[in-house]
Order: sequence, then structure tokens, then C-alpha cells
Amino acid sequence: MRTARAPFQFMAASSLIRITGQQARTLAELLEEIRHCSDASIFNHTFQSLEQHHFLTEGFSNDFAQWTLAACNEPRLAERLASLDIRHYETLAALKADLVSILEDYLAHTPEAAYRKAFEPFYFCEAVTVAVPTEWRASTLAEFCQALRHVSIHTVHYHFVAARLREPLTVNDFSYWIEDSLGLKELADHIDQIDIYTNTLEGVRQRILEGANPWLAA
Amino acid sequence: MASSLTTETPHPTAKVVTLDDYHPVVGPTEVDEIRALGHRLAGKSVKMVNSTSVGGGVAEILNRLVPLLSDVGLPTRWEVITGGNDFFEVSKAFHNALHGAPYEASWRAFELFLSYSEQNLGQLSFDTDFVVIHDPQPVALVKARNARPPHWVWRCHIDLSNPNPLVWDFLLQFVRRYDAALFSSPNFTRSLPIPQYLFFPAIDPLSQKNQDVEADFIQKTLEKFSIDAKRPILTQVSRFDGLKDPLGVIQAYKLVRKYKDCQLVLAGGGAADDPEGGQVLSEVRAAAGNDPDIHVLELPPWSALEINALQRASTIIIQKSLREGFGLTVTEALWKKKPVVASAVGGIPLQVIHKLTGMLAHSVEGTAYQIRFLLSNPSIATRLGENGHEHVKENFLITHSLKRYLLLFLILQKSS
Repeated sequence: MRTARAPFQFMAASSLIRITGQQARTLAELLEEIRHCSDASIFNHTFQSLEQHHFLTEGFSNDFAQWTLAACNEPRLAERLASLDIRHYETLAALKADLVSILEDYLAHTPEAAYRKAFEPFYFCEAVTVAVPTEWRASTLAEFCQALRHVSIHTVHYHFVAARLREPLTVNDFSYWIEDSLGLKELADHIDQIDIYTNTLEGVRQRILEGANPWLAA
Repeated sequence: MASSLTTETPHPTAKVVTLDDYHPVVGPTEVDEIRALGHRLAGKSVKMVNSTSVGGGVAEILNRLVPLLSDVGLPTRWEVITGGNDFFEVSKAFHNALHGAPYEASWRAFELFLSYSEQNLGQLSFDTDFVVIHDPQPVALVKARNARPPHWVWRCHIDLSNPNPLVWDFLLQFVRRYDAALFSSPNFTRSLPIPQYLFFPAIDPLSQKNQDVEADFIQKTLEKFSIDAKRPILTQVSRFDGLKDPLGVIQAYKLVRKYKDCQLVLAGGGAADDPEGGQVLSEVRAAAGNDPDIHVLELPPWSALEINALQRASTIIIQKSLREGFGLTVTEALWKKKPVVASAVGGIPLQVIHKLTGMLAHSVEGTAYQIRFLLSNPSIATRLGENGHEHVKENFLITHSLKRYLLLFLILQKSS
């Protein structure tokens, strides 16, 4: 069994939601507010929303898409917003730019939707995350899997989803450590390909453990 | 003018729980993580202040939260301000005015409020690291703020979206002196010069209202109220109040009955000592007429276990409110894995995500349609109930309230 050059420290991450006071009652207002909202708001309504609703695999990829569907009854726009894959973004600014671009394009072609009042407003919030080390550290793949079975879903989200915005960008912490410290590039790539939109976070955990099995047996 | 008064430290009325009691509900990992957060605040202390030690949702929450905070390493003292009847009349009027009720504010009312606040300040000491003041009644205690304790937080449990401007302007002079304000929903807030955080209300899964109950007790409860366990049961649990729209629920039920066999249970209290509630109850009974499948149950305040059983026996839970606070009866239903059809008002859309954790409706007809849909599609109803349970488990339990306070204290500590 290979021993890592540096151990993996599992972190417990929890978030408090800060209310910004920004809100949108129409799609035109949503566009305007997204233009001016903080990166922390974009993070909360995309990355963080996946954690808050991690038990759902259908119809919920980000808060903007969900509101557009449920409160504005605009399924075409909702589908386009839902199709944004956070794994493709190195910065929240880039994600925000694409949200703006989709909304601008939709409203240019569907101007009658711009000022129709939504059933309920969209409230912009920010996530303030506090991460503390857990008792779980791993120096081998076996230890990693043992720890992964025990840590919380919030830890899985912190390392597998939110990590993509931390250095090194666009890579989840698990894959980075498995490749960089254990030298198991194939397993690292396999884990990075697990779909966070069609799996619950519990499903992600299981896929990682299943993926690691052949290497544990080797 | 204000009479003499003393403050009191409430004694928890229920068995003192510890965080470990929640192991079977939230799992050991969640308990460990909460303890790890508490460990980071070791040596810090907290004071919670509100205006009543018994009755009402805030006292109910503090009864559980205070021992839990102490259990994770933050000695926490709960104190209650006191005042004469004149003070509570004024503060009740302020409370209603903040909800948007008409109110002719007078300088005398403001002076009385300040006078009692001064007397309470004379009775209380603030030597903890964190002070949490609940609701408007004790808000002016922040006048005691000086270098220690360093962190003051105002927890507002009420909806401030449409307040009487005079009353709100009066209170704002105090609110702006806090480090942070905590609200139950983003749509309950005001524009403030201090950070605002989202603190969902929470249910206690170990309380009589929410604990698991034996099938035998559920059966006996149904028999007691002559409800047929073999046919679908639609239930709304709410006090008899026009804003809960019990007449609208009966209309929706009658629309459903054209196509689907079912029974309706309207269970609530508050009518005995409330003239308005009595009037609503009379109207409800008149609307129910002689229909043997409509069960109007006026239950006393100690009926938590029976309400729990009624919710668990129900096929669908309805909450057809015209206005609502957070809507903890919805949380209770979701926790019990029940499909919910509810109005999109107040804090309900935070809990009922349409078609994912329940069904939202905007009218009598919409409510009836969603009920028919769920009665016709039991597998979808089951899935909604399971999703709803997970949603509560992730966001609306007392352990989350505990965790949010720990996170808030860590954030405040770091910011200083």
C-alpha cells in the first residue's frame, strides 16, 4: 500500500447564511441584481445550494434555475440556467458572467417575460463558511476510504464541490491528493468524473468508495 | 409609570437533554462536528434574554437551546425581563404594529417602554462573552453595551417586512447598536446597517410533538375522534384563525370530494379564550355542516402527542394560510414524511420546494388540484414526503439552531 507524501486532512465545514438585502421580483431585476451581487452570493446560490439540497437529484442544480422555474414559470430559461456546470469555472466572476449572458440573451428574445412579477421574490444571500479540522487524517488509500465512510456530507461537499474554487483551481481535493500524494492518476481522474448533478452527495461518497475498490484490492 | 420588577432565571420545564440524545436522529458525525465547533469556543459564555419563560415558541426553543449550548462547552444563562401589565400591553401593541396592524403610537408608550428597559438594565448584568437578545421587548438592553461583553446579537423572531414606521424607527435606534441581527426568513427583514443572518426556526425531534409514536397510540387517537383509518385523511393543524383560512380548506376539501373519497381533519386550539377564534370556529362548524367526514377538533394546549398522532395518521397535510410566520406546523409535517400542500406565503416556500419537497398552491382551486394529484399518485406523494424529511433533517432541527449559534459566535469572535 502506497503511503502519501503528505496526509490528507478531512475538514468539517459549516456555513451561516448572510442576508444581503438584495432581492428580485422580476427577471429584469434578477439580471440587474446578479450584475451587482457579490461573488459570495453567486457561490451561495450555485455551489452552496448543491449542499443545502444535496438529497435531491432532480430539478435542482442552482437557486437561480429553481426560482426561474417555480416562481417565474419560465422553463426554457430555467433549463439554460440549470445547465451551467460549476465544475467548468475557475472563478465566480466567470460563472456570474455566464449567468448574466444567459439572462440577457433570453430577455432579448423574450422581452415580455422581463417585467412579469414572480410568485415570490428572489432573495440574495451569501454563505459564510467555517472549516475546522476533523479527527480524520489519511496517509494511505485504505485510511482515506475508512475516513470517507465516516465524515459528514458537508465534508464531502467541502472537498469535492467547493474545493474547485480553491487552489489548485477546478480540481477537487480528493483527486488532487490521490494523484499528487499517492501517484494514482487513473483513480484521481475517475473520481473527478463523478457527476455531482445526477448523484446526491451520499451517492458521490459511494461512487468514490466503489472507484477506489480495485486499487485497494491491488 | 413603571412599577418595581425583578428579573428571573427560568428553569427548563422538560427533562434536560444533552447533545448525545440526538445521536439516533442526526448521527454521531453531526454531533461530533457540533462539539468540535463548541470546543473552539471553550471558555466563552453566553447570555440569552427574552420576555417570557413559559408559553410561546421562543421560550420553547430556549428551553432546549440553553442546555445544549452549555452541554457543548458554552455556559449559557437565560434571563427574562419583567414588567408591569402596562409594559406588556405596550410591547404587545408594538409587536402587532411591527406586523403591520394599525397603531396610534404615542410618546407615552415609548417613554413607558424605555422606563421599563432602564429598570431591567438595573437588574441585569452582562458579564458574558456573547449576549443574545430575543425580539423587540428587551431590545433596548443594548444600552448597557460597553467594552464587555464585546458581542451583542438581536434575534428577531417576527416578520418585519411591513412594520408601523413610527414603532420601527423607535426600535431601530437600538437595533443598529448590535453586531448582528438574526431573522427567520429573508422576507422578514428590514434594511439595516448591521449584518443580518438567516436563522431558521427549528423543531425538536425529541419533543412530544415530533417524537416517534406507537402505531397503537395512533390507532387509538383516530378511534377517539371517530376518524376512519382505512380512508384518506387530509389534515390542517392550526389555531382557528382567519389567516389560517380554515374555510378555504373546507372549500378545497369539497372540490376534492367530487372526485376522491377522503376525510378532513381541522385540528387546533386557541378558540376557548379568544373571541375572534370562537367566531372563526363557529363559521368553520357552519361550513362543515352535517358532513360526517369533516372532523373539527378543538384541542387543549396539552395535546401535543395527539396532534403528533393525527399528523402521522394523515395521508396529506394542508397548510392553506393566507399569511404565515415561518410555519412550523409545515416543518412538523415534513419531519413526519408527510406530503404537504401549502400556500406560498411567509416562510413556507423555504420549506416546501414546489414539486420537490411538497406542493405549493395559490388558491382554493390550486390546493384542491394538488391534493387530488397526490391522492392519485401515491408514489409521488411518498417521494415528496421523504424529500421533505431530508430537508428538515438538513436545515430545521434544533441541532441546526445550536450549530448556527456556534458558527455565529466564531464569526463574531474572528471579526473582532
